[in-house]
Amino acid sequence: MDPKIYDMGDIDIAWCPGCGNFNILRSLKLALAELAIPPEKLVVVSGIGQAAKIPHYFRTHFFNGLHGRALPPATAIKVVNPELTVIAESGDGDMYGEGGNHFLHTIRRNPNITNIVHNNMVYGLTKGQASPTSQLGFRTPIQVKGVFLEPFNPLSLAISLGAPFVARAFAGDVERTKDILKMAISHKGYALVDILQPCVSFNKVNTSQWFKENTYYLEVSHNPENRDEALKISLQQDRLPLGVIYRCVGKRTFEENVGVYDRDQTPLSLRKLDRKNSLKTLIQARS
Amino acid sequence: MNKKDVSIVLCGAAGQGVQTVENILVRLLRRAGFHVFATKEYMSRIRGGSNSTEIRISSERVSAPVDRIDLLLPFHPDALNHLMTRISPKTTVIGDRKNICLDCPAEVTEFIDIPFAEIAEEIGGKLFINIIAAGVILGMLDIDMGMVSDFISSFFAKKDEGIVRKNIEAVKLGCQRGKELLESGKARFALKNPSAKNELLLNGAETVGMGALAGGCDFLSSYPMSPSTGVMTFLSQQMENFGVVVEQAEDEIAAINMALGGSYAGARTMVTTSGGGFALMTEGVSLSGMIETPVVVHIAQRPGPATGLPTRTEQADLELVLYAGHGEFPRIIFAPGTLQDAFFLTQKAFNLADKYQIPVFILTDQYFMDSFTNIPPFDLDGIESKRHIVKTKKDYKRYVLTEDGISPRGIPGFGDGLVGVDSDEHDEESHITEDLELRTRMVDKRLKKMDLILSEIVPPEFLGSEDYEILLVGWGSTYHVLKEALAEFNNKDIALLHFKQVYPLHPGTKDFIEKAKRTIFIENNATSQFGRIIKLNTGYTTGESLLKYNGLPFTVEDIVEGLKKKLS
Repeated sequence: MDPKIYDMGDIDIAWCPGCGNFNILRSLKLALAELAIPPEKLVVVSGIGQAAKIPHYFRTHFFNGLHGRALPPATAIKVVNPELTVIAESGDGDMYGEGGNHFLHTIRRNPNITNIVHNNMVYGLTKGQASPTSQLGFRTPIQVKGVFLEPFNPLSLAISLGAPFVARAFAGDVERTKDILKMAISHKGYALVDILQPCVSFNKVNTSQWFKENTYYLEVSHNPENRDEALKISLQQDRLPLGVIYRCVGKRTFEENVGVYDRDQTPLSLRKLDRKNSLKTLIQARS
Repeated sequence: MNKKDVSIVLCGAAGQGVQTVENILVRLLRRAGFHVFATKEYMSRIRGGSNSTEIRISSERVSAPVDRIDLLLPFHPDALNHLMTRISPKTTVIGDRKNICLDCPAEVTEFIDIPFAEIAEEIGGKLFINIIAAGVILGMLDIDMGMVSDFISSFFAKKDEGIVRKNIEAVKLGCQRGKELLESGKARFALKNPSAKNELLLNGAETVGMGALAGGCDFLSSYPMSPSTGVMTFLSQQMENFGVVVEQAEDEIAAINMALGGSYAGARTMVTTSGGGFALMTEGVSLSGMIETPVVVHIAQRPGPATGLPTRTEQADLELVLYAGHGEFPRIIFAPGTLQDAFFLTQKAFNLADKYQIPVFILTDQYFMDSFTNIPPFDLDGIESKRHIVKTKKDYKRYVLTEDGISPRGIPGFGDGLVGVDSDEHDEESHITEDLELRTRMVDKRLKKMDLILSEIVPPEFLGSEDYEILLVGWGSTYHVLKEALAEFNNKDIALLHFKQVYPLHPGTKDFIEKAKRTIFIENNATSQFGRIIKLNTGYTTGESLLKYNGLPFTVEDIVEGLKKKLS
């Protein structure tokens, strides 16, 4: 499919020139086009922040909800209509900070959705405060002595909670980010893609150059199905690993577990509302 | 003793099986054709304390609590203290004297000693005390023994055969004692004309749940919180038959955001919670207003602030619900007074939420949730669930500016268009905008829906004669208690106006109030919140109030005595 199908034409984009978000959007459009997912079958759910504006910049159904709350509606949308491809996408502050509790429990719930997190280790839209992934010592107008909170590690957390697909990408590498996104979207079950990206306006430490020097792609020999090994890799701090870190196939999804599709595959949204017969039976049983 | 209704109170510690006795009695007595009403008050603990259940049994319909106790069954020594203020010379206490009170307080004038513990020992242990007690009551009411054994075997059907047999033995021994009491004339309850056969026996929680099913609800996400959890439990049990997703969310914030996501995708969604949980949901309520995505929110009130009294009742979250959510957007608030209301208003709530793309609230309370009564089966012929969803075309715009404010709602995956919703102020295609002229038009569009909402308000129910001088005003769960108190007064100068839609108010409200010489707001809260809403909306400035906020519901006596004081 031609990725142009997602283009919106001449629109005003609120991202700073040089922002990593542009590359992520490019990778995503390419991945979706190669997977032949048309805009009419795609829902992007986002929270608040610069990253969360992404569904306004390409053609798709979208639910741009509240700060930190992309995952609960994304889960619900998928279970109400499993025929849709659902992506929950926001920044590190939104997903790991404000929405931290949903991050934990969505992994446990395992809906068949893709969770893309733009991780620039800083708060952009509120102008440069620490995010959950900011590194120790990172100075901001609020963290004047430097960050002293232990940085949030989404990868090891996701692996330990049983996420069936956990990957990390670097926004600067459009081609390989696209490949990782394709695998994540095609994976059945919850898939996390943490995408490292520079923030040209507020993070002068973790720059594009810094990411190039401090990341590496996992060797082909890495077996992502080995959970212990994946957990070990996810804990690496000196150099950050890129690629599919953990994957397991066959885990039952939320939609499969809730039971509404056991006998009838029709999405809930398209079912008939009239339930008078079942109601009559229920009332009779009670009288 | 010879009266038209009997008020029986069972009181014991949590874990002593008072609940089981209540369940057996209300179901069996209803089956025997009596009208029953049961309400309970309990402590927020799993074992111990003092919990009581009041069961009113009558040949006529009864649906309100009374202070009066005709028959009291204490299961532990603290029970008498717990209920002391309600014990009168007319109260017959039936209990195990040795274990309850060798030296009973002076208030207890009639004590019938039944050695429950000894009898239970013969059967197999203390465990059977509650079933024997249930038997005593059934015997005193002269319920057919065959019917009792049949019921007990079906009630315990899931337990093994030995246990079923022992329970039948226990209930029979109890029945025998009860019949002896009846024959000796010691405790005679002349309940005649059983006429409630084939009626439904439901509590408020089940009825709200049933109304949700009738309204097409196919998705409920909630976080357990007393006293609202009963709705979730009920729907979980109907999950398979009705195709409902019931998900226990990680917190209330997730719950309402899930419900909005589900609704956006085309489901009819609901959350059930109580005041504290609802406080967490308020940002989501505002999101519903902004993205014009329907959701039905059930709030079972309990006393606050904060954790308050988790298992008790109050009507103090009306203003919270009315003003919840930042920004300005339309909403509807229902407060059912009867089980019929709970069923039909919940059903209606789903249609209205869908039609106007707004949050619709059902406001109940612990008393309403946990009280059982029998009612005639619901007439399903009049109800209709209509989806207000359009199939989208290629050029579909979610927030198209329309005359009446309602933009046809599409859902993803139904039609050729793209459906976006946005919590930011947005343009017709739901993209973020800072066009401030458009902002004004979008606000006007959302608020415009209120005009149509105002055209279909559920009117308040008026009881009494048209030339009243004193108007009692109540709302929500106090309907039956106010009605019974009014009947007891039997004074043509006093009338009752009861609201089951508390927002927006019916336009006729002002006329009712202006006609009265005195208006008395009767509310289960400390500041007369509804009175305030009426004053705000009608310009009416005076008015008295009769309030109760100790965590218990009004009894008929509370209203009668309270009004007598005011009117004397």
